[in-house]
Parts: sequence; C-alpha cells; structure tokens
Amino acid sequence: MYFDSVSAAIDMAGHGGYVWSAYFISLLVIAYLLVLPGLRQRSLKRQIAGELRREAHAAALHSSEDPAVTSPGEN
Amino acid sequence: MWSFFHKLGSPPWLYGISGSILRWLVPITLIALAVGICWGLLYTSPDFRQGNSYRIIYIHVPAAVVALAGYYVMAIAGAVSLIWRMKMADIAMKSCAPIGAALTFVALVTGSIWGKPTWGTWWVWDARVTSMLILLFLYLGVVALYEAFDNKAAASKACAVLSLVGTVNIPIIYKSVDWWYSLHQPATIKFTDESTIDPSMFYPLLLMIVAFYGLFTCALLMNMRVEILARESRTKWVRKLVGG
Amino acid sequence: MSAPSTFRFCARLVRRQLVLAVRRPLEIGNPLLFFAMVVALFPLGLGPAPDQLARFAPGILWIIALLANLLSSDAVFRSDFDDGSLEQLLLAPQPLYAAALSYIFAHWLITGVLLALVSPLFAGMLGLPGNAMLTLALSLLLGSGVLSLIGGIGASLTVGLKRGGMLISLLILPFYMPVLIFGSAAVQAAVTGADAGPYLAILGAMLSLAIALAPLAIAAGLRISVDA
Repeated sequence: MYFDSVSAAIDMAGHGGYVWSAYFISLLVIAYLLVLPGLRQRSLKRQIAGELRREAHAAALHSSEDPAVTSPGEN
Repeated sequence: MWSFFHKLGSPPWLYGISGSILRWLVPITLIALAVGICWGLLYTSPDFRQGNSYRIIYIHVPAAVVALAGYYVMAIAGAVSLIWRMKMADIAMKSCAPIGAALTFVALVTGSIWGKPTWGTWWVWDARVTSMLILLFLYLGVVALYEAFDNKAAASKACAVLSLVGTVNIPIIYKSVDWWYSLHQPATIKFTDESTIDPSMFYPLLLMIVAFYGLFTCALLMNMRVEILARESRTKWVRKLVGG
Repeated sequence: MSAPSTFRFCARLVRRQLVLAVRRPLEIGNPLLFFAMVVALFPLGLGPAPDQLARFAPGILWIIALLANLLSSDAVFRSDFDDGSLEQLLLAPQPLYAAALSYIFAHWLITGVLLALVSPLFAGMLGLPGNAMLTLALSLLLGSGVLSLIGGIGASLTVGLKRGGMLISLLILPFYMPVLIFGSAAVQAAVTGADAGPYLAILGAMLSLAIALAPLAIAAGLRISVDA
C-alpha cells in the first residue's frame, strides 16, 4: 500500500475529491451496464411466462367447456 | 468454419453459449476490475508531476480505448448484418450503441474531472476531448435512429448503414480535429509527456484495459440475450425455456 | 420504347428536380433568407463592433452556411417519398447510385451554389476583408457539395420517419465537422494573407471521397426507408 493511513488514502494530498468522485461515477456507470440487462431480462421472462400461463388457462377453459357447449347443439 | 458461422446465426445456440460464457466471464471481469482499481488507487506511487490525480488514468484511458473499439465492433456487426442478413449480427450492433455511449460518457466525465487539478479547468477544447465528444454524438445518433423506427428490422439496417458511414468518417474527423487543434493550440496549456510511462504504472493500466474489454463483452452479451428473448418471444424454444 | 441511357436518365432527373424547385421559388429562397437572418443575429448577439465581427466572420459564415444546408437537406427525398415516385426510382433499370447522385447534384445547385454566390454580400456585411471573398465563395462551393452528399445520407435514412427533422441534424452534424474545420480555415488563411490553396485542396479531396462513397450509402438508405 502506498498510503500510510485510510485518511491519507481518502485525501490523496488534496486530489482525493477528484480521484474518488471520478471512480465513483465510473462505478455507477459500470453497475448500470451490468445490472440493467439482468433486470430487463427478468421482467421480460416474467412477461413471457405470464403470457404462457394466460394462454394455457384459456386453452384449458376452452377444452373443458367445448363439449358442454357443443354437445347439446349436436343432439 | 461455415457450420460455426451458421450456428452463430441461430438464436437458441447463441443464447445458450452466451449464457455459459457469461457464467465465468462476469466473475473474472469483476475480479479484474476490483484488483485493477485497488492496484491503481492504492498500490502505485503518484506521478511526480501530477501527483495523485493521475490515478484517474486507470479508468479514463481504458474507457476511452474500449469506447473507440466498440464503435468498430458495432460497424463490423452492422456490415455483417447488411451483407449476410444475419439476425444475430443485427442484434449485436443494436446492443453495442448504448454501451459504447456509456463508456464514452465515462471517458469524458473522468477526463473532465482529471482536467480540473491538472489544467485548472473542467473543460478544454483539446483535440482528444473534442474527438471523444464527437464519438459520443455518433453513438447517440445511432441510438436515436434506432429508437425512431417502429419497424425494428428496418431500424437495425438503417443503423448499420449509419455506423458504416461513421467508420469511414472517424479517421477523417480525428485527423481534422487533430489538425484544427494544432492550428489553434493555446499556449497556456502544457501537456505532460506520455511516451514515458513507468512499468509500475503500466501494468495496472493494462489490467484495467483488459477488464474494460471484459466489461464491454459482458454487457454486450447480456444486452444481446435480452434482445434475443424479446424478438423470439413467440418461438417454441423461448416458451420451453421460460415455462420449463 | 427502350430505357434511356444512364446519363440521359440522370440529366432528366436533374432537370426534373430543378423544374420542381423553380416552380416553388420560396423553397429556393428559404435557405438564402435563413442565411441573411442568421447573419443579422450575430451582430445582435455579439455586439456591433466591426473588428470583433470581422474576426469571427469566417467561422460565422461557415456555420450559417452549414445550418442552411442542413435544414434544406431534410426535404431532398421527402416529397418523392410521399407521392411514391421514390419507389419508381428504385425499380428503374438505371443504377440507383447515379440517381442518388443526380438528386444531390440538383440539391447542391439550388442551395450550395446559390449560397456560395450570395455569400460575399453577407460577408461584406460582417466586415470580412475583400481579399477573402473569393476564397469564401470557392470554399463554400466545394464544401457545400460535401455537405449536400452527407445530408443526403441522413435524408435517405430518415425519409420514412414522421419526425425526421430534428433527428437528421443529430445524425449528420458530426460528419459535417471536418468540412467546417477546413472551410473556415481556408477563409481564415485568406484573411491573414496566407495561401488558402491547401485547404481548398483538402476540401476537394473530401468532395471526391464523398462523391465516390456517399451515393452508395444514400442508395442503401433509400432501399431501407422504402422497404420499411
């Protein structure tokens, strides 16, 4: 370690504010780059799963109701 | 070779392989970033002329390098999608633009913060700063053009043309901005020599450049996976993947 | 009836565009009027001191010419896209490269050339020294050709969009920058008495490159916009 103490590392002989803020902003952008696609993927998957469920539900309703509706007509 | 090329054009294959690549690439990138940042921030000695503020170099230069390389990745993907009509290249191209814009933004902001203690001002119209600003505009142009189209297939073709035009123009823009700057160079700003960089400063910088390339690749693959899912949401394999 | 040769085809296209422009004189006049008005804005914004205006005149004149070109380039393909004649153009047996080049040539004639011709008048109003007038007109003549070609790329990509106007400036302004740098440098050089030849040569080189490559991009852009 180059610096003697934590406070020296934070201060960096007067340049600490610049250095740490530059790193902080960069880390924010890096986190944004890596986290956002994960979040979007999760919500997209949930959306597709919801669609699938609704379709399955509709299909199940259809197949269970179909005979009941059509059989009287056929008779 | 060709079978590999064909596989590359297949969404389920690409989705699967990118998932297994990401599984080890993301941790490696994060570790490299953490090691590089700690090394650069805490374990190198300060520059004898700029003091500690030079430590910003460990994010500024990698971000700038990768941002510029990203434009070429985008243009190559655009060319592939125009020539071979490959859907995956199209998705890659579309996903490059926001990442490249974010990295250019990082390079500009860190450069500006670095400029305050070094040059005494937040912003100078220096050749490289101006070129980076123009690069940001080029990226934002691609993003804006993509968003403006309702038909996403046409949007990616249009963006591919635009990024190819940009690739032809980038060297011209850079050379002319360089020349413009040498014509108007203000006498008050003196640049430190950069050709002599100490190995103890160079190795962490190299590590950070590699880490930023890794970061770009991770973000690109992740964005591509989302885009693949969105475009293929009606196909069997996606339904099986989500449902099963 | 056989299809006309490419050259005759292009000549007809240019003639058609010029006739269309002459029928609507206001559209020819608009860029010039814009040029005049923005020239009037600068003394209001910077103050009327003649020496100060003269110092900035090369840059001011070039930026205004660039903006005038930018605003007019949005309309190059617009009306032909709306009435469907662009689709006819894509189906024509003659190469689209040549057709695109003739559209741009006509656009350059009615904006760039006219601007270059009237620019000494406005340059005089801003106090640009007389010995730089010829260089200004020449640099505008060469540079506006590049601007029209690059503007055509932006126009071809955005012609299918409802709100292309603001977008086109975002797309193509970065590509205008080298032209601006060398165009205003040529005028600056002429003002200080240096040789403006090298700058004009570079503008000419840019024009040659743009003539070779830009129509390809315009053709690709038109196909994409019409297909969409």
